Amino acid sequence: MNPAAKPQPNDDVIVRAHGGGGEMMGRLISDHIVSALGNQTLNALTDGAVLPCNGKHIVMTTDSYVVQPLEFPGGDIGRLAVCGTVNDLAVMGGRPIGLSLGLIIEEGFRLDRLDRILDSIAKAAREASVEIVTGDTKVIENVRGDGLFINTAGVAELDERARLGFDQIRPGDAILINGNLGDHGIAIMSVRDGLEFETTLRSDAAPLNAMIGDLLSSGVAIRFMRDATRGGLAGVLADISDRAGFGIELSELALPRDPHTRAAAEMLGFDLLAVANEGKVLLVVADSDAERCVDIMREHDTGRRSARIGRVVASNPPLVELVTEHGGRRIVQRPYGEELPRIC
Amino acid sequence: MDIATARRIDDIAAAARSIGRPVRLMEVCGTHTVSIFRSGIRSLLPANVGLVSGPGCPVCVTAQRDIDAAIELACREGVIVCTYGDMMRVPGRVGSLERQRAEGADIRVVGSSRAALAVARSSPANEVVMIAVGFETTTPATAAVILEAEREGVENFSVLAVHKLVIPAMSTLLEDDDVQLDGFLCPGHVSVIIGSDAYRTIVDRYNIPCVIAGFEPPSILDGLARLMNQIERTESKLKNAYPTAVTPKGNRVAQRLVDSVFEVADAPWRALGVIPQSGLAVRTEYSHFDALSRFQLTIGEDEDHPACLCGQVIQGKVTPDACTLFGTTCTPLKPYGPCMVSTEGTCSAWFKYNVPRRIPPAPVSESGP
Amino acid sequence: MCLAVPGRIVSVAGDTASVDFHGNRMEICTLLTPEASTDDWVLVHAGFAITVIDEAAARETWSYLEAAGTTDSADSEDVHGYRHGPAH
Repeated sequence: MNPAAKPQPNDDVIVRAHGGGGEMMGRLISDHIVSALGNQTLNALTDGAVLPCNGKHIVMTTDSYVVQPLEFPGGDIGRLAVCGTVNDLAVMGGRPIGLSLGLIIEEGFRLDRLDRILDSIAKAAREASVEIVTGDTKVIENVRGDGLFINTAGVAELDERARLGFDQIRPGDAILINGNLGDHGIAIMSVRDGLEFETTLRSDAAPLNAMIGDLLSSGVAIRFMRDATRGGLAGVLADISDRAGFGIELSELALPRDPHTRAAAEMLGFDLLAVANEGKVLLVVADSDAERCVDIMREHDTGRRSARIGRVVASNPPLVELVTEHGGRRIVQRPYGEELPRIC
Repeated sequence: MDIATARRIDDIAAAARSIGRPVRLMEVCGTHTVSIFRSGIRSLLPANVGLVSGPGCPVCVTAQRDIDAAIELACREGVIVCTYGDMMRVPGRVGSLERQRAEGADIRVVGSSRAALAVARSSPANEVVMIAVGFETTTPATAAVILEAEREGVENFSVLAVHKLVIPAMSTLLEDDDVQLDGFLCPGHVSVIIGSDAYRTIVDRYNIPCVIAGFEPPSILDGLARLMNQIERTESKLKNAYPTAVTPKGNRVAQRLVDSVFEVADAPWRALGVIPQSGLAVRTEYSHFDALSRFQLTIGEDEDHPACLCGQVIQGKVTPDACTLFGTTCTPLKPYGPCMVSTEGTCSAWFKYNVPRRIPPAPVSESGP
Repeated sequence: MCLAVPGRIVSVAGDTASVDFHGNRMEICTLLTPEASTDDWVLVHAGFAITVIDEAAARETWSYLEAAGTTDSADSEDVHGYRHGPAH
């Protein structure tokens, strides 16, 4: 029987946009997951949990990877699985101690391909100076044809100097980003069925813990960090403005963007502010330390194009506003979910 | 901002002062709407110059009954539906294509009608249907693949053609006494195909200034300045501010291609009803590529939300904030009306770029890809 | 109504051209612009070239990209520069 035998209403099942990192996912998390499982640690809805441990703190996080296609310009699902979890730990102020690796593999998956992806995991782990210390492997029936899904969890030691949180953010603080926006999302689109294009663009997937570690040990006043993955910069900024209760003013001219990525985004009808990154961290720092932070980040390959892109403002209601390159102003909204290429 | 742009803004301000009364200009095209919002142009205009967004967004004007037909096709055994990404979330009477995909229907987002034809070639056991929406700019692409499918004998390909024509829509607006407009900013890329001469009937019959403009913010400001200049002098002329791409006669090759495959027909517009001679139907000689006849689809009626004002928004009679659903029950997250669905829809653009959020913010956090 | 971006034709094979959009290449149908040949600039909508445009106009549309990426840590207050926006 055709599973789609009759039209269905819109709001009673999971659709892909629920996983898109936008408004849809926010609702799913708050209305279903937190309402069923909520507790003081979970309710903070940060990238990882900070837990007390023998008078100190550890950071714990987990993340699942279902990217399609599995391999794309500049990376693959294995590299993402390492970088994503390492970065989630790092933005919480954690120094990663070890990662777990859970593999869910469809039967029929080619072993040479699996080896390639495992090599990529090993390489990314070396870059991040972290080891895969435990794991799990399951094989499921052939559903998608070339299915491989990965879950990684990570544990880190909290840098006790870090004072990070939405509640640390103050008007006047500077907003920084460590490089070009949207390269990952656009690189993925270039290999999607029905849309393929040739490009020199590469995913920005990279571990950021070394750069973030340097920032923390330099003693600069970082208020908050988050990696701008699904939902892009717009998603993170919407979170900050909602949770901190302050507005944000961005300067479009200051946004670091690769010309090729911008051109591809125009072609596809994407707003780069809403496109996914895998090696970008957004930082809120004290205004007086902003330049020093940028200098430190630029010493790293992952931060060569770091820039100050805006500031926190005491506006009511708290909104994310962009001063456009034409001198106009507009509001940046939380993305809906999955960005779809459009013709209009 | 550069000197030329600043001068354009000054020109508009000077004309606005001299005219002295409120001026309402309609950007017909949804892509203009998005560019205007993205660049913050509204915030640069004098208070008495209002921009009204018109019926130029294919997503917004595709009738609910046509969305329902697309959804019904997606539900059929063995059918692969191909669509431009724009249409995925448009609500029909029940559900959307996105929802059907979640339910297991095979629905593919394509960037070109040719990609849909490629799907048909590589899936000979399936029926492949392209949901063909859009105005004159997009129609030639549909005509071209129908001819290509015919030439190459691709038997399992068809289109659900719901293409619209822009000139009849503009005429319909101007026939309505409730619609008060001082000028049209005409769509640049539609004009590439139909040519600037196509607007002569509008200018001559209704005595209203029309300026064709490109889509970069400087080009839009240039177009607006030229409209204001005409209004100041009480002129009604057709001006082409996008001559690098738009010629008087348009793209003849594309026009001939469209004429060979389609014929002008009455068409239902969402929230506007049936507008005579405002759409295109597949000619009978190509009916085997017409999903309507191929699948013997019966097209129903629209059942729009009674409080939805999309129809009036599309006609520029009201702005989105006049609608009681806007920003409360109708949001980009859960759109009722088509103007909220499309990124270039007037309501969506208002919500996204202009108007503060009215719904309580949802706590969101996530990690990883 | 319709997004369209300018690109330069790199090569043509029958009614299909490889078109470069500032470093991104896509296969584009040239049935609507049979006069287009290698090195011509075309305006592309939904995978189809809809008209040939002159190089100066096309480059102007992309000009904002040439300058982009050169701004280093610009401060919000320093926003005076101007660049052309994208074509839609």
